[in-house]
Amino acid sequence: MNQRTLTVVAVLLLLACALPFLVSNYRTFQFTLVLVYAIALLGLNILTGYNGQISLGHGAFYAIGAYTAAILMDRFGVPYWATLPVAGAVCLAVGFLFGLPALRLEGLYLALATFALGVSMPQLLKYHHFEKWTGGVQGIVITKPDPPFGLPLNPDQWLYYFTLAVMVLMFVLAWNLLRGRVGRAMVAIRDHHIAAEAMGINTAMVKSLTFGVSAFYTGVAGALGAIAIQFVAPDSFNIFLSIVFLVGIAIGGLASIPGAIYGALFIQFVPNIADEISKAAPWAVFGIFMIGFVYVMPLGVNGAIRMLLARLGRKAQNNRSTAGVTRPTINSPEEV
Amino acid sequence: MDALIHQVLAGLATGGIYASVALALVMIYQATHLVNFAQGELAMFCTYLAWTLINAGFGYWPAFLLTVGLAFVLGVVIERVVIRPVENSPVLAVVVVFIGLLVILNSIAVWIYTGTIKTFPSPFPTEPLFGNKFMSSHEIGAIVVTLIMLLLLYAFFRFTPLGLAMRAAAQNPASAKLVGIRVGWMLALGWGLAAAIGAVAGMMVAPIVFLEPNMMGGILLYAFAAALVGGVDSPGGAVFGGFLVGVLENVLGAFVIGNELKLAVALVLIIGVLVVKPSGFFGKVHITRV
Repeated sequence: MNQRTLTVVAVLLLLACALPFLVSNYRTFQFTLVLVYAIALLGLNILTGYNGQISLGHGAFYAIGAYTAAILMDRFGVPYWATLPVAGAVCLAVGFLFGLPALRLEGLYLALATFALGVSMPQLLKYHHFEKWTGGVQGIVITKPDPPFGLPLNPDQWLYYFTLAVMVLMFVLAWNLLRGRVGRAMVAIRDHHIAAEAMGINTAMVKSLTFGVSAFYTGVAGALGAIAIQFVAPDSFNIFLSIVFLVGIAIGGLASIPGAIYGALFIQFVPNIADEISKAAPWAVFGIFMIGFVYVMPLGVNGAIRMLLARLGRKAQNNRSTAGVTRPTINSPEEV
Repeated sequence: MDALIHQVLAGLATGGIYASVALALVMIYQATHLVNFAQGELAMFCTYLAWTLINAGFGYWPAFLLTVGLAFVLGVVIERVVIRPVENSPVLAVVVVFIGLLVILNSIAVWIYTGTIKTFPSPFPTEPLFGNKFMSSHEIGAIVVTLIMLLLLYAFFRFTPLGLAMRAAAQNPASAKLVGIRVGWMLALGWGLAAAIGAVAGMMVAPIVFLEPNMMGGILLYAFAAALVGGVDSPGGAVFGGFLVGVLENVLGAFVIGNELKLAVALVLIIGVLVVKPSGFFGKVHITRV
């Protein structure tokens, strides 16, 4: 990261910290969800964007994370912050195990396998033999945590800061992972898996691990989401959630870390905007927004911003270089 | 034993519907290598059109034919207007457009027709055919319609110049262009045909599941599975996969695990097949040259 990016990130972080004091509690809650979605989208982006494996079932990992947190808090009285690592670990294991057989499947076939996972998750959660844990169709209600150490914050604000801290930690971890040896191996597999294998990368291991790490991120996000919404129920984790995640990373920008945040903003706020535009057919408006975004920015918001910056940069460089060229013409070779 | 035969036959009837939608998916996949997520909603929407026509006083079969025609036009228009601008975008971008279409069609259907469940007439007699006790005549009729459609499609692709041109455009667009085939329009025709097949499937399934905006959700999923089990680049395989999935779903649901988990188990089985045979039963095995 160079000096300029670092400054931008620092300014954005300061803004994010100031946010709960500038907007209402309800908006704070909505922004908490944006942070939660950003973590989930980053997880999916690690898998789809960096490793090239399409998943239509990440809603299932989100659900597993959410339910792990809810069951731990409700049945075992575990404090809310301690549920996050457990939810992450459970999802890491499930993701890794799911990734192993999925190795044989590529492209569409993998999409179907994950799709199946996403579709069957609500059914499994409703299954009557699991009911004493999952609460069946009714789901589980959990209480909102109070701010610790007598901090002068209300619960919404505290939860926002807690989520923000987790998100920053997860993003830094992902950034480190992706620019290092493992990250390069992931990208190499995406671009040409045979070449990657010839270079000595254990493709099977890296692919399954990527699946696990991706599920880990989504699971932590699920746990945070459950704590924020204070309620889990099977039907809030239907296949549509998985599809919305995929829409989020495509619109935010594939294989980009900031893309996760843009995508999260999109999936949190655009449905609300659509609802305000047309009460009768809000989803039609949402669909039009989706298609419109793809028309205008086929590489996602992140891709569009990058292109814009590159164009501006080029313009600035052109100005500088033309300025630089005019001066030496005074003693150019022809004259001398 | 009777119960088993009954379940298998009923499975064949729903399998016919899955087969039709799977066929529509395969048609678009062959030409573009993309799975059209909006296929089911397109079929649902066309079924609503048929319902409107029938309520406006048309007889069943005129309404049926008119709907198939309208669906064809709708498919072509969607390809020309919505899909063409994103032709060269990354895969996921196109997938987002498909999902956008799905959401829009669903929402418009709810908006125009409200979400209430409507009954849809069946063109076949209510009493069982030939006095058999296993299948209702609608089920038999649905299978027959599916098979006729298949035969027509096969004849179209095998014996007509236009069908040949469409196959060429799907198989090798560059060479097809060089011999003067308008590849873009062939793609639009493919969309039209797929929409028409979907419309037939929708009209056949509506009397069974009733007409409502979400009626195709589960069917699209099974059709997706059917297409992949059969081999996503083989139309015949898609039809076989459709019948297989229909029978599996019914028999498993009735005898093995109950209705609660049948979706999950059917899907697990399908994935099992794919893990053993990754390109489906009739799909081409792709060999990569390094």
